[in-house]
Amino acid sequence: MKLPIYMDYHATTPVDPRVLEAMLPFFSQKFGNSASRNHAFGWEAEEAVETARKQVADLIGANAKEVIFTSGATEANNLAIKGAAEMYREKGNHVITCVTEHKAVIDTCKKLEKQGSRVTYLPVQKDGRISLDDLRAAITGKTILITIMTANNEIGVLQPVEEIGAIAKEKGILFHTDAVQAAGKIPFDVNKAKADLVSVSAHKMYGPKGVGALYVRRRNPRVLLAEQISGGGHERGMRSGTLNVPGIVGLGRAAELCRLEMASDTERLRALRDRLNVKLHENLDEIYINGSQDHRLPHNLNISFAYVEGESLLMGINDVAVSSGSACTSASLEPSYVLKALGAGDDLAHSSIRFGLGRWTTEEEVDYVVEKLTSVVRRLREMSPLYEMVKEGVDLSKMQWVAH
Amino acid sequence: MAYSDKVIDHYENPRNVGSLPKNDANVGTGLVGAPECGDVMKLQVKVNPDTGVIDDAKFKTFGCGSAIASSSLATEWLKGKTVDQALAIKNTDIVAELSLPPVKIHCSVLAEDAIKAAIADYKKKQDELKPGVATGQHAQPTA
Repeated sequence: MKLPIYMDYHATTPVDPRVLEAMLPFFSQKFGNSASRNHAFGWEAEEAVETARKQVADLIGANAKEVIFTSGATEANNLAIKGAAEMYREKGNHVITCVTEHKAVIDTCKKLEKQGSRVTYLPVQKDGRISLDDLRAAITGKTILITIMTANNEIGVLQPVEEIGAIAKEKGILFHTDAVQAAGKIPFDVNKAKADLVSVSAHKMYGPKGVGALYVRRRNPRVLLAEQISGGGHERGMRSGTLNVPGIVGLGRAAELCRLEMASDTERLRALRDRLNVKLHENLDEIYINGSQDHRLPHNLNISFAYVEGESLLMGINDVAVSSGSACTSASLEPSYVLKALGAGDDLAHSSIRFGLGRWTTEEEVDYVVEKLTSVVRRLREMSPLYEMVKEGVDLSKMQWVAH
Repeated sequence: MAYSDKVIDHYENPRNVGSLPKNDANVGTGLVGAPECGDVMKLQVKVNPDTGVIDDAKFKTFGCGSAIASSSLATEWLKGKTVDQALAIKNTDIVAELSLPPVKIHCSVLAEDAIKAAIADYKKKQDELKPGVATGQHAQPTA
């Protein structure tokens, strides 16, 4: 077993060697511009791009013509939300999203608000999912877009996208979903989800960084977006700029591999994730899973280790790469807004660890992480005044704390 | 973010972790911070009533590595100091000793607050013991 262990696959994934192999010829041998229509170099690049477009479309049950390549999912989210808001301004100016969305969605919505749109940020329930009743109640005659993620990047919780899509369809509202964490990991079909706009990213599915795609429905309804990057009119005029051919080839191949290996990958990762969860629960008391256990990505686990602060926990397992919702690990000194939204209390947000398992995670690694984490949590609890107080019978929630 | 060697050393080998009998008249306890802020420090001093010198100091901290290191260092510095010398310890001394980055300065502030709170608690107990001052109950060591 090689150290350090990587267990942060929600942050990014390594490029699969098969993906890299597919990409390499497109750097210096087949270097053509896919927009060059009058020579073989361009044709070769264009053909590769169209193959990739089909591979991405096949992963999500779309038609290749509905796939727009972007620089990543942040751009895809920006294009979907800003592009729709601008294009359908005559129809309305209201957007519905949710408090646990990725910043690429939240901050884009905040920008729209500054420009005069109205945005509803739906709360989530304890399990991290939105309430469909809340969604229905938020819809007005001015609502043009609902944007709710498929799977959350911190807690792996799956939103009821098929039900959301059905409501959107019924009301004639566009439905965008950020499917970055779900695409390639669990079955996702644009028609089942009744989604009109879907964002995906290559580097979350064993492809390269700097490339992603936006699915834009062409039929029933035909969705139009105002371009956010102007130029040569590439990508059906929705996203100008010379195409990142090697990156797009990588995204395509990555999508294909995910589609072909999804069933076996999912089964293997679910077993490893469950092993991690069960063993941690066997070893330690007062640990809590954040978010729904039933509606969750198979490779995600997010646990709060009560009475232990997340960053100090990470410091103790410095040969394991994971993330924490602790404020001390963020630049803003605020604990994870996603965990806060679950209403479990900020103290548990500070004590959380996100585990993201992936294609190269082994059972040996899982067992190592369990052992290491168990000993560090025990050591830090011995050092924790909160743990001591609880053991003495003090109710921490009744204490008068002096915030500083 | 990289930690300084001293922070890592205090995190891996914390000095003086533990608890002193909090009902002992010669023990002062400071509990500062809040769980929702991500750090809580409990710092205790045991003062020799004859000399006014801190004989022992213990801490327990819920917080990041820098918070643990700041409180560990504080207990090290407190031992052998008089109460007045202890009150002269500044958070900036801790920042300098541990090479804390700007985002971790609040950890050192919390440690300074914990020292002051522990000593205030000790002084309050001593005042209550003085003749003529009503004492609610006689302090009993718990351990």
